[in-house]
Amino acid sequence: MSDIAIRVEKLGKRYSIGRRIGYQTFRESVTDTLLAPFRLLRRTRRDERRAEDEHIWAVKDVSFEIPRGEVVGVIGRNGAGKSTLLKLLSRITEPTEGFGEIRGRVGSLLEVGTGFSNELTGRENTYLNGAILGMRKAEIARKFDEIVAFAEIEKFLDTPVKHYSSGMYMRLAFAVAAHLEPEILIVDEVLAVGDAAFQKKCLNKMQDVGRAGRTVIFVSHSMPAIARLCPKTLLLDAGKVVRFGATHDVVSNYLRSDTGSCAARQWVDAPRQPGNEIVTLRSVRIRGVAGETRETIDVRDPVGIEMEYEVWKPGYALVPNFNVHDDQGVCLFTVHDLDPAWHRRPKPPGIYSTTAWVPGDLLAEGTHFVGAGVSTMIPLYTHFYESDAVAFHVVDGCQGDSARGDFNGDMPGIVRPLLEWSTRIIDEPIVASAQVVTEHSVAAGACE
Amino acid sequence: MASEATPVLILRPSTGFLRLHLRDLWEYRELLYFLVWRDIKVRYKQTALGAAWAILQPVMTMLVFSVFFGRLAKVPSDGVPYPIFAYCALLPWQLFAFALTESSNSLVASQNLITKVYFPRLVIPISSVLAGLVDFAIAFVILLVMMLYYGIVPTAAVALLPLFLLLAVVTALAVGLWFSALNVKYRDVRYTIPFLTQFWMFATPVAYPASLVPERWRPLYGLNPMAGVVEGFRWALLGKEHAPGPLLWVSVAAVVVLLIGGLRYFKKTESTFADIV
Repeated sequence: MSDIAIRVEKLGKRYSIGRRIGYQTFRESVTDTLLAPFRLLRRTRRDERRAEDEHIWAVKDVSFEIPRGEVVGVIGRNGAGKSTLLKLLSRITEPTEGFGEIRGRVGSLLEVGTGFSNELTGRENTYLNGAILGMRKAEIARKFDEIVAFAEIEKFLDTPVKHYSSGMYMRLAFAVAAHLEPEILIVDEVLAVGDAAFQKKCLNKMQDVGRAGRTVIFVSHSMPAIARLCPKTLLLDAGKVVRFGATHDVVSNYLRSDTGSCAARQWVDAPRQPGNEIVTLRSVRIRGVAGETRETIDVRDPVGIEMEYEVWKPGYALVPNFNVHDDQGVCLFTVHDLDPAWHRRPKPPGIYSTTAWVPGDLLAEGTHFVGAGVSTMIPLYTHFYESDAVAFHVVDGCQGDSARGDFNGDMPGIVRPLLEWSTRIIDEPIVASAQVVTEHSVAAGACE
Repeated sequence: MASEATPVLILRPSTGFLRLHLRDLWEYRELLYFLVWRDIKVRYKQTALGAAWAILQPVMTMLVFSVFFGRLAKVPSDGVPYPIFAYCALLPWQLFAFALTESSNSLVASQNLITKVYFPRLVIPISSVLAGLVDFAIAFVILLVMMLYYGIVPTAAVALLPLFLLLAVVTALAVGLWFSALNVKYRDVRYTIPFLTQFWMFATPVAYPASLVPERWRPLYGLNPMAGVVEGFRWALLGKEHAPGPLLWVSVAAVVVLLIGGLRYFKKTESTFADIV
């Protein structure tokens, strides 16, 4: 038996756009048919090109294989074809060309709460929604209590869902979906619902699904979620597979193309370098301990931020400084060069390289943007400041020795320091300690 | 064994070759059950009269028919009291009209399902046709009461009633398949249905007996399958002496042709439902 769960070859899906999108009225198609011969006569090259323009390939030439039991993320910009690919894989729509083969029972979750009926109660909707998602009645009955407990709606089971708060509604909807147990699970951005606490629960549930040896395809815009859940990732752009491989590589590739920044940036010709007649910026890069340029850094490793600049005029005590923002635009910190060797000491003309080391186990997972500048402190003057000069991505491999420990859920916070913890027993009940002694002596006695 | 455990799905553009995938449909029988169940549950929610509507509609229509056609216009009723003559036809007719309307709009109404989940799309029109059977069953009780009142004892032909019921359901499904699939592409269908059901009722011997139609035209009349259904109902329940005869066979043949065509068209357009609905 083959160990490939999903294999697609040159899969393509073409949609019509413009005038023809959606449904036609009968009149339109009658006039279309009647006018067709005239159109044929008058057809010019331009018309042909326009006809071509009216179509768009949402997915084109997509080929990949996913082995059984693998969890694969799908990322890409809006309109890259992610949703279309999922629709093709879940058989909602048919490919225009190409071929695909899926081995195993497929469950797809392109939306939570599909088919919920407002008039029905929570209990009734659980069964209905379960059946729509492809569960057997017996299976739903078996998991019913678990679903209800997961959704935390015990008290409202027999209330029509139209009286539910939107949070309760989403929780129930996700709870049903989360208990779907197909061999292959196809999930679209469904985690973007509910409050933070519930999202965390959902992510954990998803992770359990992955561990249970099922094949999962997971679309998300959340890079931390992708990095945490999916060892491998597929990057789509304009309907094509741009990259398919280890998540860290693919994600950093995506971020580079997405933000326009990367982990290293150079200004080669002097006139274009940021700066003034005193000092100009030559390059900025993110580096690892070994000196290599890195886009993706393990949360446990130190991050080196390196700046190369050229001093043209002597007599200035130049202070390089960096600024780190997260992807929400929050400034995590601002730092400037405190190297005692150059403290208040003018730099003679020449090319310099300055590196600041951010210790490991400090930054949170996610994308970080670095701004770089050079200033003079007394009097304060900024010679140049280049915002978002480079970007890098912090990931957590969940090895258990980061600040995460064994926790796999969503960890809020803009930094993630690894703190030192200690616990000691201040007092213990005497009875308990006596018991321990007794047990110990009994065990020792048994050995003899 | 291995193939039992891991079904293999093939994704590829559909070719001209038509297959019904009836096994697929069987796999989803529980979904069919739940959709029917939902339709029935939801139908009379938040109405004051509830399921009484299932009785009110045919009974009111019967009263109107009895007054205007039976009393005033003196339409013959094959020797049966006019009210029960009309009611007996209204039962299958309203089942048909309801099932046709519901199934024709079913795909468009299930847009949210079609674009988000896979299942054999045939489940949708079939479920909306079947959901009409509950109303039929409720209204049927009234018919039994009326038969008791008029002292009508059905003949052995009553055993064939389920077959006529089946014919009515299949007719609704056959037409519903065409219309539901057409409706996905041409929303004109939605506006056509109310007209169509009205015209169709006058072309069906609901308010008048089929015997009004000249004998030699009757087989042609049977091209309207509902004519066969209604005549069958009257024969099976009210115990008219002669069976519908050739008219019925023409009706059955017409339904078979309609159904096969409907299934073909439905399957052919099925693959684009999610894209254009």
